[in-house]
Amino acid sequence: MSKVRVLVGTRKGAFVLTADGKRDKWDVSGPHFAGFELFHVKGSPADPNRVYASQCSGWFGQLIQRSNDGGKTWEPVGNKFVYDGVPGTHQWYDGTPHPWEFKRVWHLEPSLTDPDTVYAGVEDAALFRSTDAGQNWQELSGLRGHGSGPNWQPGAGGMCLHTIILDPSDPQRIFVAISAAGAFRSDDAGATWRPINRGLYSKYIPDPTAEVGHCVHHIAMHNSRPGVLFMQKHWDVMRSDNAGDSWQEVSGNLPTDFGFVIDIHAHEPETIYVVPIKSDGEHFPPEGKLRVYRSRTGGNEWEALTKGLPQENCYVNVLRDAMAVDLLDKCGVYFGTTGGQVYASSDAGDSWAPIVRDLPAVLSVEVQTLT
Amino acid sequence: MIRVVLPPHLRTLARVHGDVELEVEGSVTLRSALDALESRYPVLRGTIRDHVTHQRRPFLRFFACEEDISHGPPDAPLPDAVVSGAEPLFIIGAIAGG
Repeated sequence: MSKVRVLVGTRKGAFVLTADGKRDKWDVSGPHFAGFELFHVKGSPADPNRVYASQCSGWFGQLIQRSNDGGKTWEPVGNKFVYDGVPGTHQWYDGTPHPWEFKRVWHLEPSLTDPDTVYAGVEDAALFRSTDAGQNWQELSGLRGHGSGPNWQPGAGGMCLHTIILDPSDPQRIFVAISAAGAFRSDDAGATWRPINRGLYSKYIPDPTAEVGHCVHHIAMHNSRPGVLFMQKHWDVMRSDNAGDSWQEVSGNLPTDFGFVIDIHAHEPETIYVVPIKSDGEHFPPEGKLRVYRSRTGGNEWEALTKGLPQENCYVNVLRDAMAVDLLDKCGVYFGTTGGQVYASSDAGDSWAPIVRDLPAVLSVEVQTLT
Repeated sequence: MIRVVLPPHLRTLARVHGDVELEVEGSVTLRSALDALESRYPVLRGTIRDHVTHQRRPFLRFFACEEDISHGPPDAPLPDAVVSGAEPLFIIGAIAGG
């Protein structure tokens, strides 16, 4: 029988939630690395027992943890992230040049085919890769070396590379997103990059249609259609049908198109999910109602999913890496909140129930479907 | 033999209980003590000082014999009481709530 393993990163540790295919009874283990921020925990598609975790702390800096048994036991691996060459500068909040400084790993993306290869998206924005299961890290510096680098600037949360998407149909193609530089694509396995932000419109930068400077919050891709991308930008939900060469807005009837997460149904590539957040100044759901919105049309037409979710006095946020789906026949959808709840739906979003209610603020949610 | 007191999270990370006892080759300085600590517990590399520059992480301090030696020269000899093991070298994390 299939099993589901939900990997949860929080402000004070990691948790592993497991259930059988019914997804109605959950075992909760953790906190792992209690007291540390776990920005991201993700398993290898090539070997589900191999799991990587980004553990960090304002006191002790960055650590990377690796598990070879599905998150039961862990061992620290390499934590040396050194930019390639002279790092140079990017823009600081006040527009002055600021040296590139490594702060933390926001996102870990294991290779689709090799459990020992894993990518790390870091703050200040750069992409690193390890090919020895996390022991050693090398920067793919063609990204930061893109000519626009000196113009990148941080969003309020820092200048983070938070999204890494590996194209299952083309091992040469990688997508990344950076707040607040935008989206980039490599067609040569990370050696060179180009911005893919045409069609984005951002009122908060001097040129709203600039090549870079957009605060992209998250991007999702369905493995069956790697040329189709969905994006939750700071404001606006966007769609690209040409691998990011151009984007069009699909916010449609959403109550607000600000938000962080976006994800796609495991078996219906036109069914997408977002969690609208009131605004960039008020990071909580509109009207105090926690609603997931689902579009079955690839955007523009959205329905509110509310069954089982709090519909009054709810003022949590759902952060950019805190939604995931499983691969079971009835697609499960999961998301975590800054209030410490992890909600699960075993019917593609029609109804929801909390797996846990009182974790530390949730930073990330990933799901492994195990057979 | 010198003694080093680690913050609780670093004890967990290094899988040690209580004080760490270290043999330090040559002159016992802050730098040589940290070199010995990291050599014995490689997992601590990068958690106390930067991998490359060896700059102290900003939320950590080094105390010895009731003095803050964080801003002193790293190659200055540590106090005799630390060198003899009578007093420990403290690695202290900034206090914080939350």
